[in-house]
Amino acid sequence: METYYCPHDLERFSEMGKNCPELWEKFMSYYNAVFADGALTEREKSLIALAVATAVQCPYCIDAYTKASLEKGADLDQMTEAVHVANAIRGGSSLVHGVQMRTVAEKLGM
Amino acid sequence: MPSLLSIGHRLSHPERQLRVLADTGSPAFDEVLRRHGLPALETGPIEILQVNVGKLCNQTCAHCHVDAGPDRKEIMTRETAEQVIELLRRHPIPTLDITGGAPELNPNFRWMVREAFRLGRHVIDRCNLTVLLIKAQRDLAEFLAAHKVEVIASLPSFRKNGTDAQRGDGVFDKSIEALRMLNALGYGDGNGNGLRLGLVHNPVGAFLPGNQASLERDYKRELDRRFGVGFDNLYTITNMPISRFLDFLERSGNLERYMDVLVQSFNPGAAGSVMCRSYLSVGWDGVLYDCDFNQMLDLPVGFGAPQTLSELLESGDLHRRVRTDRHCFGCTAGAGSSCAGAVAD
Repeated sequence: METYYCPHDLERFSEMGKNCPELWEKFMSYYNAVFADGALTEREKSLIALAVATAVQCPYCIDAYTKASLEKGADLDQMTEAVHVANAIRGGSSLVHGVQMRTVAEKLGM
Repeated sequence: MPSLLSIGHRLSHPERQLRVLADTGSPAFDEVLRRHGLPALETGPIEILQVNVGKLCNQTCAHCHVDAGPDRKEIMTRETAEQVIELLRRHPIPTLDITGGAPELNPNFRWMVREAFRLGRHVIDRCNLTVLLIKAQRDLAEFLAAHKVEVIASLPSFRKNGTDAQRGDGVFDKSIEALRMLNALGYGDGNGNGLRLGLVHNPVGAFLPGNQASLERDYKRELDRRFGVGFDNLYTITNMPISRFLDFLERSGNLERYMDVLVQSFNPGAAGSVMCRSYLSVGWDGVLYDCDFNQMLDLPVGFGAPQTLSELLESGDLHRRVRTDRHCFGCTAGAGSSCAGAVAD
């Protein structure tokens, strides 16, 4: 069945460097630096990436950072908690926008 | 959990394991070396004599390449242990690395440690930690400390669920208790007292280990924060696609993908530094191998090298060409893997 998302597209990611190699190299250099061990460990960065991946709902990133999180020593409890963090922020973000609703409603209402 | 051997599992036969690996369609290891312009593996100076004193163990870990457990009875005799010490006496191999099974359960373990210590050799005990809590082994930790034995212990995760999933229910809590016991003797306190404590991280599943230095930072911080436990080094070791881990790969439908990952991640840099180039592995019965993995696959040293301790004591020739097969991709994937952890960047 044809879908917009194809699992094998992840393996073709580097094809994005074909027409703009300089920008691709700059992106990859930055990307690799971001995920290197720093003030946060590689495991912690992978868990953040996994949480963000679920928030932006990128199936490629979810696949990649589930594997990366496991490789870097995270377990299913930690990964599930990370996804809950993304979920809490998404839910909280909706709720806090409710304040805007209240502001408008309070201004218009009697 | 019983061993594969005790239940008559087809993968308890080494030749069946090699056949399963060949059937994945993975290329021959030596062919990939040639493709990268690398020579066949040969030994340099032998730095480590790794002796497997038997398959008896008080645990039955899900990934064990030895298929060790309480039901395994193969064990090195005193006569063979004496040949090991004689080999050390005749050759200046700096380190004796004792493994199993749980090597401490061999009645000749302490004798071998004492003799190697007397010869001034560095001794490593590949310890499963829980053995330190067995009633009959309550003085083991003090014995190891008294002989400056480096303890290298498995702890696949700094959390209970990962460790217990791989090593058995309740192993994590006992491991922490044993680590505290070792710490109390001065192991792993980084004070230069010569009591070195290393931990081994094996992935809990069908994937490669992460960056060793990064994982070490995580382990050090988390074990200290959660349990007040310290250690010196973390070693990441890739799970070899043999024995019980091979059984897991087959049952979980991960075998082809895992072999593909190992082959695709072949690192020529790691291939030059694989442990078999500086190790000699001795089986419980005195047969010689290039590594503990070849030992479990019943692949003794080849190419005319002395096959047993007796033959080696006669010939004295430690140099040899290494026998390889498809499992060797486990030592050359990514940052590489050895009994001393990653071997490349």
